[in-house]
Amino acid sequence: MSAPSLPALPDVSLRTSRAARGLPSWLRFVAPVVVGAVIVLAWILVVDVLKIAPRMLPSPIAIGAELVLRAGIIWDDTVITATNSLVGLLAGTIVAIVLAGLAAAWRPVDGMLAPLVAAIAVVPIVALTPILNTMFGASSQFGRQAVAAIAAFIPVFLNVLRGLRQTRPVHRDLLRASGATGFQTFRVLTLPSALPYLLTGLRIASSLAVISALVAEYFGGPSDGIGTAIATYAKSGRAALAWAYVAGGIAIGLVFFLVTSLLERLATRRTPV
Amino acid sequence: MTPTDETRGATAPAPAVRARGVGKTFAATGGEVLALTGVDLEVAAGEFVSLIGPSGCGKSTLLRLVADLDQASAGELEVFGKTPQKARVDQDYGIAFQQAGLLPWRTVAGNISLPLELHRMGRAERDERVAQLAGLVGLSEFVDRYPDQLSGGMQQRVAIARALAENPRLLLMDEPFGALDEMTREYLQSELARIASETGAAVVFVTHSIPEAVYLSDRVVVMSPRPGRITDVIETGFGEERPEGLRESEAYFAKVTAVREALHGSPVERANER
Amino acid sequence: MRSRSRRTSTVVWGVIGVLAVAGLWELYKFLGPAEGVVVGATEGQTGSGVMILPRTHDRAMPHLWDMFARLFQSTSGGDSPILLVSVVQAALLTLGFAAVGWLIGVAVGAVLGLLMQRWRLVEWGVLPWVVVSQTVPLIAFAPVVNAIGNQIDRSGTPWPQWFSVALIASYLAFFPVAVGALRGLGAPDRIHLDLMRSYAAGYWPTLLRLRLPAAVPYLLPALRLAAANAVVGAVVAEVSIGMRGGIGRMLIQLAGQGSSDPAAPWGPTFGSIALGLVAAGSVAILGLVLSNYRRGEATA
Repeated sequence: MSAPSLPALPDVSLRTSRAARGLPSWLRFVAPVVVGAVIVLAWILVVDVLKIAPRMLPSPIAIGAELVLRAGIIWDDTVITATNSLVGLLAGTIVAIVLAGLAAAWRPVDGMLAPLVAAIAVVPIVALTPILNTMFGASSQFGRQAVAAIAAFIPVFLNVLRGLRQTRPVHRDLLRASGATGFQTFRVLTLPSALPYLLTGLRIASSLAVISALVAEYFGGPSDGIGTAIATYAKSGRAALAWAYVAGGIAIGLVFFLVTSLLERLATRRTPV
Repeated sequence: MTPTDETRGATAPAPAVRARGVGKTFAATGGEVLALTGVDLEVAAGEFVSLIGPSGCGKSTLLRLVADLDQASAGELEVFGKTPQKARVDQDYGIAFQQAGLLPWRTVAGNISLPLELHRMGRAERDERVAQLAGLVGLSEFVDRYPDQLSGGMQQRVAIARALAENPRLLLMDEPFGALDEMTREYLQSELARIASETGAAVVFVTHSIPEAVYLSDRVVVMSPRPGRITDVIETGFGEERPEGLRESEAYFAKVTAVREALHGSPVERANER
Repeated sequence: MRSRSRRTSTVVWGVIGVLAVAGLWELYKFLGPAEGVVVGATEGQTGSGVMILPRTHDRAMPHLWDMFARLFQSTSGGDSPILLVSVVQAALLTLGFAAVGWLIGVAVGAVLGLLMQRWRLVEWGVLPWVVVSQTVPLIAFAPVVNAIGNQIDRSGTPWPQWFSVALIASYLAFFPVAVGALRGLGAPDRIHLDLMRSYAAGYWPTLLRLRLPAAVPYLLPALRLAAANAVVGAVVAEVSIGMRGGIGRMLIQLAGQGSSDPAAPWGPTFGSIALGLVAAGSVAILGLVLSNYRRGEATA
């Protein structure tokens, strides 16, 4: 095949396939918990006990207190950023699926898209935010959503395209021999074999969409959302509140990651052989 | 480069390999698997011994124990009178696998010189040795090629040259010709027989091919699975030389038959020998 | 040569793709309504509804030739240099921050990857946190990092502002390297590891002669991605902490004057796009240097 080479993306699911030798398997779950606990304890030690931390690094306890106290406003901004991420993720995914389908079916589209996608993958997409804000108006969330969509588009496009090219010749021959129509082949073969790839792309895209939507807020637009709040409070020196907002951003990222990971796991449970 | 029989006899009174009651169990899901049990075997210095048997008979496992790539769970195993670990650290053996296992980013010369580099042989001496080895396996014109530019048979010859790089007194080979076509295979067998007799190294050779085992070996060790053990040992008695005519001689066919019967556990029907 | 003709055709197709995008831009600008397409708007109430297609008047969507011409006019009136020169200067500065961030990120990522590959327990303990660190928008820390840096600087230890930018860039750059190193160093075949063991080669000789060369095909894309990420991180950091001189700040500044000078922000936008391409391209050159270590990619 003369498929143009596509950039590789880092892809880490929480599963690793290497077999463990000499280590009991419960350590796999205990080890990260221990590492996390050590980090938090060291943090508390530095901030609350030794009191040698810079002022902008408040204690986790102070952050927790702020998080509870300001839960209302933090939640409102979290919802705004999460909505932007979700809209961007869905829009980017839909466009990616359509274009990947076209690219798989029609080589000129592939030829045109491959270099563009390779370029977009290495370009700071958030830099488009100010221009998108001018195009759609500064009061619109569209700029942020569009940036999230472009960021999400890349991994979904690459993975779906790979998935669509994944059908095995033996299966294709079998369907051809059974006189299946093009649509039937798509339904029973192409779609099921591409689905796990789509969901892997979606998992990678989910994190990118959240990060992009949040970061886009630093580049202007309406004065709401997690990123805007973090920048504001960090500048005015309200460290604990800024960190409480960071926690809100972490919550969005984790929810997106866990939901898409779960979807991916459901789909790959029965990978076509 | 070829050690004479006198020096060999003087420095290495111990046999190349001596196994007594060697066993190996692997941990598996749902208990342990007995891969090898009660193996008694002695391979004399300079002797060519084949291990043959169906898959799962533990022939590769035994080879890996000798090479200290795995550790025996029972019994005693000595290589030149030392523990396998000591023998490995002392570099008393060279090894070749079914896949040539060449490093793709190194040329033929680079691959052959890998063990020499690792053991800090000087540059000039190394180059000389590599040229010599490349000549031995007939690849002098290809030393600057990369593995992906070579055929499977040529890759395997590089692997053999690499295994011979440090003049080992023992050569361990795990189905080295298993992935090659029949013609290349026979050619390399003759080459190996020649090299083994020239260098005077002992060889432990794992194979699943009866003709290959018979043609190459002084003794063929027949193994059987579940649990892996030695069931028979057959001497070929062909002597040092391996002339081309050997493959078509009566003596050769007789030994092939003997090994086949030993493998199947009973005399087999021979349709063409009535 | 087949590979050369393929490269040429990739370039040709890429140019066609870019022209198609440019054509689409002008076509929409010509056909689209001046105030964009808004759905769900309430009658007589400006700003209601959701705009799904952009406005097309010259302030929102300047002509391509205006963007191009603007590059050769003075940046901000008076005797300031032409926009193109300012953009290149700013981009080079940001590239410098990104490069420092890239180096820090690569070093940290490589060490993490080495440790995780060496000890399974480290992998189990650390990898989930490394993964989580990238799934959550920790780049949100950028303003906080800057504030901490300023405080340290005031307390006597010098901490220039650009170092905060580089540090934030490194945070985005380390991840692909850590994961790539972990995968790549674990990539050698069993047979090669057995071989090294049979040579009684210890950890370091095996690392040097087997694991590192075998990791090259994994490390190159990781390094390229790290470079792209470092650029994103540097641009974002400049913007979020308000550092002057770099392309990110310039972008925000010119976007602020967008209504009177709509073509101006396109200069730094193209600048940052070029920046990403240059950064990733430099790593691609590294790939050419190391092409011998990529032979396995074709034959594997």
